[in-house]
Amino acid sequence: MSKEHEQGMSLIVKTITRLTVGLILLYGIYIISHGHISPGGGFAGGVIIALSFVHLMLAYGKDTALRKFPKKAISFVESTGAILFLSIAILGLTGGYFFLNFVSKGQPFRLFSAGIIPLCNIAISLKVGAGLFAIFVALVLLKLNSEKKE
Amino acid sequence: MTVYFLCLVLFSLGVYCILRKRNVIKIIVGVIIAEYAVNLFFILVAYRMNGRAPIFSRKAEIVNMVDPLPQALVLTSIVIGLAATALLVAIAMRIYEKYGTFDITKIRELRG
Amino acid sequence: MTAANNILPLFIITSLAGAFLTSLVGKRVKWFPDVMGSLTTFVLFGLSLSAIWLTNIHGTLVYSVGAWKPPFGIAMVLDSLTVFMLVTVNLVAFCVAIYSINYMEKFTSKWKFYTLFLLMLAGMNGVIITGDMFNLYVFLEIASVASYALVAFGTEKFELEAAFKYAIMGTLGSLFTLLGIVFLYSYTSTLNMADMATVLAEKGLKNIGLMVSVLFIMGFGLKAALVPFHAWLPDAHPSAPAPISAMLSGVLIKSLGVYSLCRIFYSVIGITSTFSSILMFLGALSMVIGVFLAIGQWDFKRLLAYHSISQIGYVILGIGLGTPLGILGGLFHLFNHSIFKSLLFLNSGAVEYATGTRDLQKMGGLAQKMPVTGTTSLIASMSIAGIPPFNGFWSKLIIIIAAVQAGRYGYAFWAVLASLLTLASFTKVMKYAFMGNLREKWNQIKEVPFFMKLSMGVLAFICVVGGVLGLHSVREVFLQLATKTILEGVKYAEIVFQSLQ
Repeated sequence: MSKEHEQGMSLIVKTITRLTVGLILLYGIYIISHGHISPGGGFAGGVIIALSFVHLMLAYGKDTALRKFPKKAISFVESTGAILFLSIAILGLTGGYFFLNFVSKGQPFRLFSAGIIPLCNIAISLKVGAGLFAIFVALVLLKLNSEKKE
Repeated sequence: MTVYFLCLVLFSLGVYCILRKRNVIKIIVGVIIAEYAVNLFFILVAYRMNGRAPIFSRKAEIVNMVDPLPQALVLTSIVIGLAATALLVAIAMRIYEKYGTFDITKIRELRG
Repeated sequence: MTAANNILPLFIITSLAGAFLTSLVGKRVKWFPDVMGSLTTFVLFGLSLSAIWLTNIHGTLVYSVGAWKPPFGIAMVLDSLTVFMLVTVNLVAFCVAIYSINYMEKFTSKWKFYTLFLLMLAGMNGVIITGDMFNLYVFLEIASVASYALVAFGTEKFELEAAFKYAIMGTLGSLFTLLGIVFLYSYTSTLNMADMATVLAEKGLKNIGLMVSVLFIMGFGLKAALVPFHAWLPDAHPSAPAPISAMLSGVLIKSLGVYSLCRIFYSVIGITSTFSSILMFLGALSMVIGVFLAIGQWDFKRLLAYHSISQIGYVILGIGLGTPLGILGGLFHLFNHSIFKSLLFLNSGAVEYATGTRDLQKMGGLAQKMPVTGTTSLIASMSIAGIPPFNGFWSKLIIIIAAVQAGRYGYAFWAVLASLLTLASFTKVMKYAFMGNLREKWNQIKEVPFFMKLSMGVLAFICVVGGVLGLHSVREVFLQLATKTILEGVKYAEIVFQSLQ
């Protein structure tokens, strides 16, 4: 019990975080998947997903957060998101034009409609979420390293 | 008309911050304010009188809507601003590590 | 027609794919970043050479991204000015990528370097090829942010300070550009460049034209390092690693600054005599101030950075003249300056790789130990000073003759004066760095490794034969078409809409 309390914030914050982090992640996924129906989309959803991991890091300390989402996984997910987006665009070339909307567009206002737009949203959210969390980790670790040297 | 004028006043406040403040972090805040002002101006340009939000849904009727194109462009612009700000903050942190101060009058190794 | 159009997105696809693949695989596989960098730039160079051939056959090519026809969608336009800039940018990028194989051994994390380098190249290619105003801004920012990170790559003290200064001023310049684009959009309600030209021709310019032009001169002038917006260049270009200095000074300030100015002022807004005079005045000011500030420098790379300001002044003077000969001279000088300025920066990098210093007063007689570097440096210095028969002489001559023909004797006088001072400055460089007696502490240095020699040799060869681009028959294929495209002015819109059919 005492080892857990050396890092991170107090017990109240940790309990509430345990309840809300999953909900924040779920809300982010909801905004991403409904990006073509309601406002939001890839970028806003990606930011919310990154925020859930940042919340975990703030409340529990960097070791726990980095165990959930290690540094190698962050850069892998980020690059994968970018390559996925580019390959969706290149696949449009099969229809004749770069970035063509080649998947079948269903009826409007349904969840599975509007061609490639939901796929693009997912790719962008991967990149933005991993990228923002990587920026946060890099800045925090830089500060910790410089403090340790002094 | 006054709304556009106030946006440009906000932009010049940001530029004033960049030019006159001595702390590196305050200069970065000046950049953020100027960027925010330009994005706000872009969205305000898109307003149409008595328009509503440009979102389709099953029940609403198609009446006067504001222009949706600048809203998509401003989303891109905000992301670009975020990337530039993150880079500036990272450079500022490393400057503090090497120089020991945030005062730009003392960070003058390159001269001539 | 459709098959030839498909070359257009390949420029952006190749460079972006190279950057993303390097960031994914590069840290695990050791040799991957080098190979990917060289391969990507080689493919891009090949594509731009084939683009010359394609535009000679088909005329202007237009590609609608996502099959949305302009003015609703983003268009990519490939006319002769675009082809000219593409060849310049990709040629220099190819030589620099080969040079970096050996030079970047001294830095850690080569894959980060190549990712950022390919992203910057993707941004530059995008700026040149796009036909849509906001797309221009997006690619401009991609290239700029990548270059801010590259200037700070070594994370020494002075590099960070230079990168910070450059980043703040660059962001401010981009904000002015965005403000100009916002004003133009609110006036014309369209973002496509050809459509905007049509609407502006119908509606007339009035006061908003003046405000937008001033904002664009400030924004793009800051990217192109015109005086009075030049203050970031003498700090940023020396502090970057040598291949990045070559890219920044050789192609970035030209494709982001000079090309965008040309495109917007000639094809979209339409040039008036007021803005011709402003451009010529700023160009002459840059020429003179750049070369006067360069004379007192003893740091090799800082001297080269000040000379960049001066030579860009020549280009802007030529383009601002507005006569066909003036624009031809300006574009020719743009190509030549990319070649010999990149070569000079690569030489300074080679000297720093071998000796570890950039101070001219500490060097001496290096030509005995480093023959390839010494010879190529001599060729590049003679080019920039304007000595026949190297390529710098021809382009400067054309600009001066064009100024005299247009009746601007004052500008011609300043151009000749700046050329003489450049000659004096580079004589000093050659004397102190390469000629003279060898000091004892440099007895152990060797020539630089193979790839660095190869890329410097290729650029020097182009310096020697580059004068041939001014010859009449070669000119018709390459430069004259680019000049004609600028001179068409606002007929750009008709050409684009015709090619869509």
